[in-house]
Amino acid sequence: MESRRRRGRGGGALAFLGAGCLLLLACSVFWGSVLIPFGEFGKFLRGEGMDEAYRKIVVDIRLPRAAAAFWLGGALALSGYLLQTFFHNPIAGPFVLGISSGAKLAVALVMVEVLGRSMTISSGVLIGAAFGGALVSMGVVLLMSRRVDSMALLVISGVMVGYICSAVTDFVVTFADEAEIVNLHNWSRGSFSGMAWGHVRVMAGVLSMAVAAVFFLAKPIGAYELGEEYARSVGVHVEGLRVLLVVLSSVLSACVAAFAGPVSFVGIAVPQMVKRFIGTGSPLWMIPASFLGGSMFCMGCDLIARTVFAPAELGISTVTAVFGAPVVLWVMAGRRLGWS
Amino acid sequence: MVMREYFFRVKGLRAGYGGKAVVEDLEVLLGRGEILSLIGPNGAGKSTVLRSIAGQLGLMGGAVFLDGEVVAKMKGPRRARRMAAVFTKGPRTEMMTCRDVVAMGRYPYTGRFGALSAGDVRVVDEVMELVHVRDLGGADFNRVSDGQRQRVMLARAMCQEPEIVILDEPVTFLDAGYKLEFLSVLQELRRQKGLTVIMSLHELELAKRISDKVLCLRGEYGWSFGTPEEIFVPGAMEEVFGICPGGFHEGGGGMELRRPEGQGDLFVIAGGGTGQSFFRRLQREGRPFVTGIIYDNDLDFPAAGALACEAVTARAFEPVEGRVMDRAKWLMDRCGRVVCSQRAIGSLDLANRELLEYAKGAGKLAAMEEVTGSAGTK
Repeated sequence: MESRRRRGRGGGALAFLGAGCLLLLACSVFWGSVLIPFGEFGKFLRGEGMDEAYRKIVVDIRLPRAAAAFWLGGALALSGYLLQTFFHNPIAGPFVLGISSGAKLAVALVMVEVLGRSMTISSGVLIGAAFGGALVSMGVVLLMSRRVDSMALLVISGVMVGYICSAVTDFVVTFADEAEIVNLHNWSRGSFSGMAWGHVRVMAGVLSMAVAAVFFLAKPIGAYELGEEYARSVGVHVEGLRVLLVVLSSVLSACVAAFAGPVSFVGIAVPQMVKRFIGTGSPLWMIPASFLGGSMFCMGCDLIARTVFAPAELGISTVTAVFGAPVVLWVMAGRRLGWS
Repeated sequence: MVMREYFFRVKGLRAGYGGKAVVEDLEVLLGRGEILSLIGPNGAGKSTVLRSIAGQLGLMGGAVFLDGEVVAKMKGPRRARRMAAVFTKGPRTEMMTCRDVVAMGRYPYTGRFGALSAGDVRVVDEVMELVHVRDLGGADFNRVSDGQRQRVMLARAMCQEPEIVILDEPVTFLDAGYKLEFLSVLQELRRQKGLTVIMSLHELELAKRISDKVLCLRGEYGWSFGTPEEIFVPGAMEEVFGICPGGFHEGGGGMELRRPEGQGDLFVIAGGGTGQSFFRRLQREGRPFVTGIIYDNDLDFPAAGALACEAVTARAFEPVEGRVMDRAKWLMDRCGRVVCSQRAIGSLDLANRELLEYAKGAGKLAAMEEVTGSAGTK
C-alpha cells in the first residue's frame, strides 16, 4: 500500500506538471508585446479563422517558440538528471560541467564558417556540431573525473572548461562578419526567439527518440544510483550503461545548444526540485517528471524573459539563473556536505 | 570429479590491480553452506580477492567456480541470481527508503522497467523479516544508523535469492552489539537457506568463532587456507600481523598491548582469573612485573605470558615441582614488593598458599592499591 500511495503522489505530480505546461502554453500564446484579444483566442481554439495579423503572431511566432521552450527545457532537465546520476553528484548539469559551452563553441565555429560563405545551415548539421562539441567537453570532464576524487573539484573543472569554451566562442563571434553578428550574438546569449516550425520538427524528432531511449534505461539507471559496484553485482552491464548515459545526455544538451544556445541552471535545478516534489528518486518517475518540469520551467522563464521588459527581451539564462541558482544553493546547504 | 564435491572453488587465482598482482596461485574450496572468513593485515589483498570473486574485477589468472560453472563466463543477471555482494562503501542515495534499497535486490528477476510483481513483494517482505529490518521499511536509507544500514544492504543482497553472498568487511564500522547481531543473522541465513558466505573480517576473535574455513592473506603473495583450528595456531597471528609475542591469544581471541620494559620489581601472586585485569593496569602504568604460580589452564595464563617479564607456570592438576617453587621464590627475593590478586587462595592450591606465606614472612606483602596509581609511579 506504501507503493500505491507513492504511485498516487507520482501520478498526481506528473498530472500537475502536464497541466502546468498546458497552462503556460496558453499564456505564451496569449501574452506578449501584442495581447491577443480573448475573442480571437477563442476563435483560434475552436479552429475558426482569426484575424490574419493575430494568426501570424500566434502560429508563426509564439507557438513554435513555446514548443521549442517545451522540448528544449525538458531536454535540458533530463540531461541534467542523467549527469547527476552518472557522476553521483547533485549539482552536476550540462551547463556547470561545460558541456553546453562545448556544444555552443562547436556550433559557433560551424555557423561562422558556413554563414561566412553565405550558405544556409540545416538543423541537422547544427545538432551534429553541437553533439561533437558536447562530447569533446564531456571527454575532458571524464578525464578530470578520473584524476580528482572530489565532487566539488569535478564541478570546478567543468566550470573551467565552460569558461574556456565561452571565451573562444566570444572571440569567434566578435570577429564574425558584421551582418551576422546580431543573429549570432542573440544566440550566443541563449534565447528561444526566432524558432520556426522546421526547427521544432527536427528537435521534436531527435529529442523524442532520445527521451524514449532514456526511459527504456530507467531500470539500470535505478540500479546505477546505488553505485557502480552494486549495479554490476545485480547484473547491469555498467560500462555499456555509462557510454549510453554520456551519449544520451550529450545529445540532449547538444540539441538545446544548437537551437537556443546556452541555457543555464535548468539542468541542475529542475531535477532537484522535481525529486522533492514527487517524493521519490525512482527513475521511472524522475525521467518523465524531470522532462515535464524542465519544460514548464523553461516555458515560464521564456514568458518572463519576453514580457517583463517588453518590448526589450531578456536573455533566457538571465531568467533561469534568477530562479535556478537559489535552488542550487538550497540543495547544497540542505545536504550534509559529505561529497567533498 | 573432485570439483563435484565442492560447491565453490577458487583455482590458481591471480588477482590485483593495474597489472600488479597482490595474490597468486590462490586455492579455496568450500562446501555449500560454509562460512569463509578472509583475514590478514591491511593491504594484503582481502578486498582485491573479494572483488575478483564477485566479478567486480577482472581476474589476472586462474578461475572461480560456482557449482562447477566458471563465474566469469556467467551472464550478469544469471550470476546475480546465484551470487550477491555487500561492499564496504555504502551507497549514497537520495529520497530512497530502506525498503526501496532492499527491493533493488530484485533487479535480476524484474521485467523491462523493474516493476515488482506480487511474488517479488513477497520475497522482499520475507527477507526483511529474516534480516530484522522489517521496522525500517519506511525510513530514509540515509538516516538510519550504520548497523541498520548494513543489515539493509544484507537484505538487499538476499533479495537476489543468492546461493552465495560476498561481504567486504561487513561489521568493521559497527558497534559490538551490531557486530554480533549481524553475524548471528548470517548464521541464521546459513541455517535456513543453506547460504554460503565469504567475507573479510578484521575481528580475529569473531572470525575464529563464526568461520568454517579461514583464508589468511599475509601480503607478499603469501596465504594459508584451512579450518580455524588450522589457521589460528599459537603464534600464527602474531607473525601475520607483526604483533609482539603473546600479543594475540589464539585460544580466546584476546589481545594484549606491549609488555612493559625493564626488570620487574613487583611480584604478583595471581590465579583464578583474578590477575589479568591487574596485569593490564600495570601495563598501562608501564610497570614491569613478574608473576606466579600460574597454572596452564588458568584464565590469567595468556595475559601473564604476554605481559609479565617472567611468569612462573605449572601444569594444572599436577603437584607443583620443587624447581618451579624455587624459581618463584628466587624471583620474589629479587622483588621489593609482593601483591596477591586473590582474595583467598583455594585450600588445594598449596603452592600459592606457600608463596603467600613466604611473602608475609619476608614482610613484602602489600595491597594492590598501594602499588598502583599515583602512589605506584613514584
